[in-house]
Amino acid sequence: METLAFILANLPAIGQRTVQHLSIVGVAVGLAVLTGVPIGIAITQNKRVADVVLYVAAMIMTIPSIALFGIMIPVLSKIGQGIGYLPAVIAVLLYSQLPIIRNTYTAITNVDPALREAARGMGMAPLQRLSQVELPIAVPVIMAGVRIAVVINIGITAIATYIGAGGLGAFISRGISQTDPRQLITGALAVSLLAIAADYGLLWVQRRLTPRGLRARLVATSAA
Amino acid sequence: MIKLENVTKVFDTPAGSVVAAQNISMEVPEGEICVLLGPSGCGKTTTLKMVNRLVQPSSGKITINGKDTDDYDPVELRRTIGYVIQQIGLFPNMTVEQNICVVPKLLGWDMAKARARAAELLATINLEPAVFLKRYPKELSGGQQQRVGVARALAADPPVLLMDEPFGAIDPINREVIQDEFLKMHRRLRKTVMFVSHDIDEAVKMADKVAIFRAGKLEQFDSPDNLLAHPANRFIADFVGADRTLKRLRLVKVAAALEPPSPTVAAADDVERAMALMAERDHKYIVMVDPQGRPQAYLGRDACRNQAGAAVKHSTPLPATVGLDEDLRAAVSIMFMHDVRWLACVDADGVFAGYITQPGITRLLRETYRTGVENVS
Amino acid sequence: MQRSWLARTVLVLAFIATFTLGLLVQRSGLFDQIAKYWSDIFYLTRQHVRLVAISGGLAILAGVPIGLALSRPAMRRSAESIMQALNIGSTIPTLAVIALSMTLLGIGALPAIFGLWIASLLPIVRNTYAGVLGVPAYFVEAAEGMGMRPLQVLAHVEVPNALFVTFAGIRTALAINVGTAPLAFLIGGGGLGELIFTGIDLNEPGMMLAGAVPTALLAVLVDLLVGAVSFWLVPRGVNPLR
Repeated sequence: METLAFILANLPAIGQRTVQHLSIVGVAVGLAVLTGVPIGIAITQNKRVADVVLYVAAMIMTIPSIALFGIMIPVLSKIGQGIGYLPAVIAVLLYSQLPIIRNTYTAITNVDPALREAARGMGMAPLQRLSQVELPIAVPVIMAGVRIAVVINIGITAIATYIGAGGLGAFISRGISQTDPRQLITGALAVSLLAIAADYGLLWVQRRLTPRGLRARLVATSAA
Repeated sequence: MIKLENVTKVFDTPAGSVVAAQNISMEVPEGEICVLLGPSGCGKTTTLKMVNRLVQPSSGKITINGKDTDDYDPVELRRTIGYVIQQIGLFPNMTVEQNICVVPKLLGWDMAKARARAAELLATINLEPAVFLKRYPKELSGGQQQRVGVARALAADPPVLLMDEPFGAIDPINREVIQDEFLKMHRRLRKTVMFVSHDIDEAVKMADKVAIFRAGKLEQFDSPDNLLAHPANRFIADFVGADRTLKRLRLVKVAAALEPPSPTVAAADDVERAMALMAERDHKYIVMVDPQGRPQAYLGRDACRNQAGAAVKHSTPLPATVGLDEDLRAAVSIMFMHDVRWLACVDADGVFAGYITQPGITRLLRETYRTGVENVS
Repeated sequence: MQRSWLARTVLVLAFIATFTLGLLVQRSGLFDQIAKYWSDIFYLTRQHVRLVAISGGLAILAGVPIGLALSRPAMRRSAESIMQALNIGSTIPTLAVIALSMTLLGIGALPAIFGLWIASLLPIVRNTYAGVLGVPAYFVEAAEGMGMRPLQVLAHVEVPNALFVTFAGIRTALAINVGTAPLAFLIGGGGLGELIFTGIDLNEPGMMLAGAVPTALLAVLVDLLVGAVSFWLVPRGVNPLR
């Protein structure tokens, strides 16, 4: 049908927008991991602080995406980056905090106390215990958090087109404003397929990163 | 009361048909406890579930009190039978009171009557109604939950109780206590009970009749003592254990094994008098008691030959005594502990009541008993 | 438990306080700029709430029964594949869902409500399904053994024990709903999105904030509301929070 013709005719544009889209999500989630995982590890020290941090992150996630994008604008206008790439990346970074922090925190606190005991008994210092025992066990769950963050944010980045960030959302927005179902469906299809592909792709990575001995347990921790 | 006639159950699985139960025929008299016993997968649970039609028999007839269970709507049938499962299964969303009132409500009881019944049942199982009625299962200990589970099954006062490994989920120490409580309650309520177990000791302790299953067949249906004394085949002999004679000892109280009454001597009596009494009956020992009749020591014929003086001078302190109320297994255990072949027995006040001997016990075991009488404590 | 309740209220108040503070600090015009739109805010908020309430309510009314239906033994074989399909459907970005509603139903409030309804459906269906399946089988066995009919088992045992998880699903669904509602403006459904998008287009931060702030506050409020309802409605025996 005509949509198919449209897609075939515009492959380069679709490809370019996909790259744009992925770069926003990729950079943002990447940074989110660099900030979120350490925070997640840090809050395992104190339950009260953990509750507060998790609550704040959850609150941020309840803010509708367009509202958050919108709020970025006046704030970042001061440095002349009100619209476009930066506010999109920052907003996506904020949205990724909750899944990553929460999964890191949960994964580490759920490490079997017996393992911690064994590690301590063997003479491991807390840092060694963290890097050699707790983190490797926590990795699959953290990856599940990253996966959730990526999938959600692929969808949210589609909305970022409204603050000039481009990406695949542009097809959808043009499709709406020009009442052009071809563009609209192209955009919707592209973003959906991207999200599904990312989900499965990251699931594969998650599985590869799971230490052999834990593979069977992975079934229980993969995100729905 | 509960009669199974040629009951069979065949399951169709992807791997072919599996005969879970084959031609089971047995009858549980009213007011008795029947334990269905056997290894995993032997068909005991399947048989139990056919009585309340959670599993539909492939063929055969099951009657309760003369009425064919097939004549009833299975759901209504189940409301007249109490059912207790291994995981207890108290509904976490309901309070203890609501849990107990489930079947009465299903039967259309008046709410006030149902609530009163719940309070009454809680009092019976030693849980203060005012405290426990409004609690939720997650706020009870495992033992408490188990008792409430039994109370729930008894709420509508059903004549029949079916239990599937009801005490399995409790730790061994509490299990003993709860089993004893259940037996006490049963003595009062006299329900007809069928319960599944895989523990021979539990079966021996609780049952009036035991039904042993293997691979879907009923191998033997007998009283616990008969089962232990006369296992029908090698499998059952192995299942009940090589120590089955010792297990039988648990079924009998010391009082039943007492030798005919024997004389005693007092501390101040002459040793010659002791010798005379022993010679009269051809006994090798005689027990010495204090003024209240409590056994203190004994005198041996060989040691006292040609001796003179007060009995107490030639006596040896008794290593141990055993109460009339204890079971023979405990008695034999004490005998082994002190390397003796006889024991002096005392009643509840500690007064000498007679003695038991190893040969006497062995003689007793060779006879077969009526069940039920010796289980009473 | 009371401590975390207190912590939460304190947190929400702090959140609102910081926000208001931030605005007051920028009171150099921004505050007045927003105030300009007061009547719009009023009107559009009502529209916004209407969209959320209708689509959310319909999502609950449809989602819970569908979830229950999928959990029945008769549906065992097809249920998993249906859930898979629904899961894939959930990865479709909300913007796309709204846009596709437009291609199907045109513009206006109806396609907006339809789109929001679809977007909110999945978490409710999935959680209801998972919640009922998560009720240990021995509860169902005990209930059947006591003489309950399948429908009674569902109503008295399965659903109450699944309630907590179901409510979690409703909470997620409504969060998605409130978050997507601003997009309704794009297809003519009205709501606070009007202020946000127009504010961005015209480069008027005041207008944009006049839309964004109430939207954010509304989202937080709805979340707290559902949380409270869930806390009180789920019986103590099955409520891990009580």
